[in-house]
Amino acid sequence: MKTIPLAIIGAGPAGIAAALTAARHGLKPVVFDEQPAPGGQIYRALESTPLRDPELLGQDYWHGRSLIEALRRESVDYRPGHMVWQLTRDGEIGVLAGDTAALIRAERIVLATGAQERPFPVPGWTLPGVMGAGAAQVLLKTSGVVAQAPMVLAGSGPLLYLVAVQYLRAGAKVAAILETTSKENRRLALAHIGGAIRGWRYLKKGAELLRELKRAGVRHERHVVALRAEGDETLTGVGWRTADRPDDWQHCEATTLLLHHGVVPNVQMTRALGGAHDWSEQQLCWRPRRDAFGRSDIENFFIAGDGGGIGGARAAQLQGELAALAALESLGHIDGPTLAREAAPARRKLDAELVVRPFLDALYRPGDSWRRPDDDVVVCRCEEISAGEIRRVAKLGCAGPNQMKSFTRCGMGPCQGRLCGLTVSEILAAENDQSLEQTGYYRLRPPFKPITLGQLASAAGGAPEAPARNETETAS
Amino acid sequence: MKPTALVIGGGLHGASAATQLARSGFRVTVVEKNYAGRHASGVNAGGVRRLGRHPAEIPLAVAALARWQRLETLIGDDGGFHPCGQIKVAENDEDMARLVSRAAEVRELGFDHEIILSREELRRRVPAVAPHCVGALACDGDGAANPYRTLTAWRRQSQREGAIWREGVQVTRVDRVPGGGWRLSTDHPDLPGLDADWLINCAGGWAGGLCGALDECVAMQPQALMLTITERVTPFLGPVIGSASRALSFKQMDNGSVMIGGGIAGCIDTGGEHADVRLAGLAQNVQTALGLFPFMRDVRVVRTWAGIEGVTGDGIPVLGLSWRHPRLIHSFGYSAHGFQLSAITGEIVRDLALEREPALPIAPFDIRRFDSSSAAARASHTH
Ligand SMILES: Cc1cc2nc3c(=O)[nH]c(=O)nc-3n(C[C@H](O)[C@H](O)[C@H](O)COP(=O)(O)OP(=O)(O)OC[C@H]3O[C@@H](n4cnc5c(N)ncnc54)[C@H](O)[C@@H]3O)c2cc1C
Ligand SMILES: Cc1cc2nc3c(=O)[nH]c(=O)nc-3n(C[C@H](O)[C@H](O)[C@H](O)COP(=O)(O)OP(=O)(O)OC[C@H]3O[C@@H](n4cnc5c(N)ncnc54)[C@H](O)[C@@H]3O)c2cc1C
Repeated sequence: MKTIPLAIIGAGPAGIAAALTAARHGLKPVVFDEQPAPGGQIYRALESTPLRDPELLGQDYWHGRSLIEALRRESVDYRPGHMVWQLTRDGEIGVLAGDTAALIRAERIVLATGAQERPFPVPGWTLPGVMGAGAAQVLLKTSGVVAQAPMVLAGSGPLLYLVAVQYLRAGAKVAAILETTSKENRRLALAHIGGAIRGWRYLKKGAELLRELKRAGVRHERHVVALRAEGDETLTGVGWRTADRPDDWQHCEATTLLLHHGVVPNVQMTRALGGAHDWSEQQLCWRPRRDAFGRSDIENFFIAGDGGGIGGARAAQLQGELAALAALESLGHIDGPTLAREAAPARRKLDAELVVRPFLDALYRPGDSWRRPDDDVVVCRCEEISAGEIRRVAKLGCAGPNQMKSFTRCGMGPCQGRLCGLTVSEILAAENDQSLEQTGYYRLRPPFKPITLGQLASAAGGAPEAPARNETETAS
Repeated sequence: MKPTALVIGGGLHGASAATQLARSGFRVTVVEKNYAGRHASGVNAGGVRRLGRHPAEIPLAVAALARWQRLETLIGDDGGFHPCGQIKVAENDEDMARLVSRAAEVRELGFDHEIILSREELRRRVPAVAPHCVGALACDGDGAANPYRTLTAWRRQSQREGAIWREGVQVTRVDRVPGGGWRLSTDHPDLPGLDADWLINCAGGWAGGLCGALDECVAMQPQALMLTITERVTPFLGPVIGSASRALSFKQMDNGSVMIGGGIAGCIDTGGEHADVRLAGLAQNVQTALGLFPFMRDVRVVRTWAGIEGVTGDGIPVLGLSWRHPRLIHSFGYSAHGFQLSAITGEIVRDLALEREPALPIAPFDIRRFDSSSAAARASHTH
């Protein structure tokens, strides 16, 4: 197996910044990313998007251009279309490119795999036509195509407004925005207003987006307390109730419903590696443990960007620099004083970047009833397990998600628990009156994303068969 | 006063022993460091197989199957057992010759459960198998069950019989009490010490460590055995499929997913609680499977995992009394095929604790086979 000094997984802002930092210090890293082009979630398809008008996707998007150009220019072994589907603690990386699976070993690994959207289980969320707002945004960036039929966006968070505005500018018909942020949240967020004022740029941007939606005459419903996707085979409409009219279901026709309750770290890899994770009550998610430089508790592994806790694209970029510096230092490529000197400006900027987070997290915190839905709502989409079933099994004495899996197959489908993991842990914790830490999360196993048997077998290559074992030794 | 027994290990063999001991009048406590079924017993492939057993295991496996067939009356749940049959496929004439002589060997021992299938009969039973396969050895009545469900049913039954389960409690030390009996120390603040007359070692992959602490010689290693699960596929396969000459176990589950295993080893981290898969071994295993079912090439893998199992030097378990200490019984080292046997091992442990001769031959599983210094003692015992 080939061994390289430094591998970076992910070519979003964090991964690119890490790669550039290593290259600048004369170490050529290998960057694996499953996407065909660099940019990660925020700068997705930046080099190829048909939406070339800078006004359409906005300034924050085009900020990524300089990063991506540098990646193309510098001495970085960037490998697009390379999906990492397995990792071991001793640095073995299983990579799939096209139909070929291969193995490579790295002495240091920076995980920069980003975030995913928080699961948002509501009645009917499995209907065709319902999708995550972030996933829809990816479609918009890559294809530039918008459907003419009416679309509704529901949930909360800055990305919700952003996606609405991006669709609007691209010519979509946005019928309504249903905002789930509660009055209570607005009050609680005020406690963090100090940080917010220092991070005023964010607030200003949010306000501008809202104004733009208003100008376009988009219906804006606030304090939504219940939501359902309606339709038999596919989505035909959306129903909701608000805090002001708690007994009336209101309706609107729609063929697309985009749901969004913020993003949470993608913990597939850190979980599979058995790293320590802490529950963040502020961000309502698991965060892999990392120090100020992104060093994880797994030897030789570093974590950069939203995969370690949500800080946004600019923070991700700074964390990428820091993680690369720490990795270079642990390789002996730079010394301690150099690390300290080079890291200081990035750390200062990072602190300034993160100052607005407590305010945003408090304001856009999804309420309990959204995170722990009613009994009839499907939680595990792959195995069709409802919230009620999870509560029933909890009453049988099931204390954690792994036992839940053994009881019900919940979380064992192709999505590997990505779309139900948080919901299952939160429901179990509430039912058993336990903390999230006590309840835990799924033990995750490779492949991180599905791979075919043929692709997997290709990793065996022409290697000779393992010697036949005595037949009595063979498990059945 | 009732005699007391402490069972170390809340896997299938611990649960089976606890059930039978409690039913026979022992006060039983099962101590499990994680939760019931956390290791091999909850995550195995669920194969219920007499086919291909080591000759020494055949009598136990045959008796175990009789228990599986009425599991619901015994423990209140059938564990999801389906007698769908098990088939070991021959891919060439050499394989076939090997299977034919195996069938003859089993018949000579007085058993008739393994039968030879012709090429046509194999194709009739398994239409999807690759055309180059020339025949097979089959065992009707074998099949597969759901491991976690089975373990849960045994645990519940033992509790109905009066056994107490202490999960999340690790035994950290074992001492003999002067005058007989045992004292266990644990890592749990509420359970500093546990006393009992009998000690039952059902510690699975950790049993070797326990033996070390007890000054018992044994050749046993924990191993991480790997499994691969695919997405759902339209039903195409009834029986569980193995190979005459390659490490493979292949079956389609009720929900359509296909499970591929074969006792291929992954690795265990230094803490000893976390098993990791190894890509090279998995790839080999899957290549073997595709050799028999090439049409599966484009089916997606959704999950792989590894479970920790105690594997002995000679591939058969340790089941019997200790010869170093009175009132110590071993039941471990099932070496990747202990799921099926769990239906009977509890009865054997019970017989030993009642100090009566077990109804089945267990001499080959005696722990002294690993102790060169006591080879002589063993010879005198067996005669
Ligand atoms: C769907 C979605 C849309 C978003 N849109 C915006 C937006 O428009 N504006 C904004 O400010 N923030 C957006 N965010 C928030 C986003 O997390 C951050 O802004 C930023 O992209 C984080 O940067 P990162 O480098 O940490 O991760 P990312 O930018 O997410 O980059 C991670 C990269 O890792 C790669 N990767 C992941 N797993 C593997 C694997 N197994 N093998 C190989 N490669 C892998 C991915 O392909 C991706 O390119 C979005 C988040 C999501 C989930
Ligand atoms: C992947 C895989 C596939 C398999 N497939 C099959 C199959 O198809 N058919 C078949 O017949 N068999 C199969 N097996 C084998 C079968 O699962 C095992 O033989 C059987 O489950 C062993 O049961 P056990 O009770 O001995 O061990 P375990 O289930 O491992 O139980 C031992 C328990 O002891 C506990 N323990 C250990 N030390 C201590 C301590 N000091 N204090 C407290 N608790 C302790 C452990 O936590 C553990 O839970 C497979 C095994 C694996 C791993």
